[in-house]
Amino acid sequence: MERVVEPLAKPSMLRRQAETIGFVAMVAALVIAPFMTYPLFLMQAMCFALFACAFNLLIGYVGLLSFGHALYFGWASYLSAYSAKAWGFPPELAILTGTATAAVCGLVAGSLAIRRQGIYFAMITLALAQMMYFFALQAKFTGGEDGIQAVPRGYLFGLVDLRNEMAMYTVVLIIFLAGFMFIYRIIHSPFGEVLKAIRENETRAISLGYKTDRYKLVAFVLSATLAGVAGATKAIVLQLASLTDVNWPMSGEVVLMTLVGGLGTIFGPVVGAFVILVMQFKLAPIGEWVLVIQGAIFVACVLLFRRGIIGELANKLRIRL
Amino acid sequence: MRPTSQVGMFEIFGVPSTALFGQLLIGLINGSFYALLSLGLAVIFGMLNIINFSHGAQYMMGAFGAYLLLQYTGLGYWPALIIAPILVGITGVIVERLFLQKLYKLDHLYGLLLTFGLALIFEGVARNYFGSAGLPYTVPESLRGGQNLGFMFLPNYRAWVIAASLCVCIGTWFVIERTRLGAYLRAATENPTLVRAFGINVPRMITLTYGFGVALAAFAGVMAAPIYNVSPQMGSELIIVVFAVVVIGGMGSILGAIITGFGLGVIEGLTKVFFPEASNTVIFVIMAIVLLVRPAGLFGRRG
Repeated sequence: MERVVEPLAKPSMLRRQAETIGFVAMVAALVIAPFMTYPLFLMQAMCFALFACAFNLLIGYVGLLSFGHALYFGWASYLSAYSAKAWGFPPELAILTGTATAAVCGLVAGSLAIRRQGIYFAMITLALAQMMYFFALQAKFTGGEDGIQAVPRGYLFGLVDLRNEMAMYTVVLIIFLAGFMFIYRIIHSPFGEVLKAIRENETRAISLGYKTDRYKLVAFVLSATLAGVAGATKAIVLQLASLTDVNWPMSGEVVLMTLVGGLGTIFGPVVGAFVILVMQFKLAPIGEWVLVIQGAIFVACVLLFRRGIIGELANKLRIRL
Repeated sequence: MRPTSQVGMFEIFGVPSTALFGQLLIGLINGSFYALLSLGLAVIFGMLNIINFSHGAQYMMGAFGAYLLLQYTGLGYWPALIIAPILVGITGVIVERLFLQKLYKLDHLYGLLLTFGLALIFEGVARNYFGSAGLPYTVPESLRGGQNLGFMFLPNYRAWVIAASLCVCIGTWFVIERTRLGAYLRAATENPTLVRAFGINVPRMITLTYGFGVALAAFAGVMAAPIYNVSPQMGSELIIVVFAVVVIGGMGSILGAIITGFGLGVIEGLTKVFFPEASNTVIFVIMAIVLLVRPAGLFGRRG
């Protein structure tokens, strides 16, 4: 049976080189980009890219499909926005508050979801996310249909005025790169190797003495927390937290971004997030057809190129990821 | 609207009896749809090993089928109840032949992703042509009015929905568990290669099973049309609740799916009476509790 992700070969020199070149190119592009196009769009895209990377940590490296990642993204964004607006938290504390919320949600949802495997896991995560969507809809502090608007960006550490677009951009870039490198470290650590072993053959990992449930739970919480960082940062950048961030189509979108970029590739989710956001931006005038096109991309990805953009590229260049 | 004045009123736990029985009825109606949809999911999962994410969209297509048949051909509710599920079932057969067939050798998750994509396409197309506002569909002439049962008023149409879905559910259970055709199906689920060796066309059986599961969803959609409005997004939120129902019941047992569906509908209805704020979430909360107490689901095998 073909796995969701092709098995990894031994880390080769070629792969290391390709990753280094890719990373340098990505950083260079993100440093130059705000001078070429809208910084606000790029900041939003980086938040979604981090969100997709966090999601990819689960599907790509543990083989767990969470269909409810909007829960962590959306609730982190609510708490970040609320603490900044209502409690007057500075941005760094607001983002931490949002992130902590996502971590707690991840711990609770994760310990329930890992009790079942495969398709059930996907359905449970989706159902739990829907439950928290209804809480967000009914709770007073979320502002219901209006969401939390006009969130102040504030002063970072009381010093840097984040209303300045370039200052905000630098902060988001640093958060994104830190999150990205953290995920890279997780994947290439001994802990990450165990995760990949669980993905390839869980029964075997258990027989080797690994408590796979604990590994899965830690990976789940890490993924939820990083999704929370992305959501919390997004709330400060766009000065808005709304029901869109916590509803099921958002969970679907992050799956799509990762699938388009390449499941289980380190750069795939970043590329996927940018591709999907540019597409949504360009196609905004045609309204509801965007939904149809997204659906068609899902179908095309599953049937024709399951490796995604980065996976196909690596295949062309004969790099084993 | 409901002539409560003619109905005897008394109180149960401080709640007027008409409100209690009214919500119980709504619970049974919702339960009918949960049962029909989770049954279809279970039948499809049994044969194809795929969770059909487009099930909600196909339910919506059933409702739109009834609406369009009335608008363009003048065919009313009763013909639509037969024709719409057949038409939607045919689209299901096409989907299985074109797409799903290519996925059986892959990880199950790809089936979920593909059918999710299809659900987006179906819903997007419906939204483009009909907008997101609901379209009305009237109750058929023969089922208007209702019965005064003394303790509550029972609209005929709602009684019909509960009875019809019970019959279809039990009929499906009977075919799968008690007939020769069902025996072939169950055998093909266990060991397709062996069943093929006996000269049975298993791929065709799989295609028809998917078509039947989809037709069940469309049948539920036609029955839902006069109760809820016909709208493009009517299926997408329902399907998530049905997923929770399936997690609670487990997909190993047909009868389990039916009982869980009706039971949860009733519990949801009662929640609406005693604790209305929780009525949207009660099924998800029950799912969490079941996962803690009995991780395999009430009727499921570990998996």
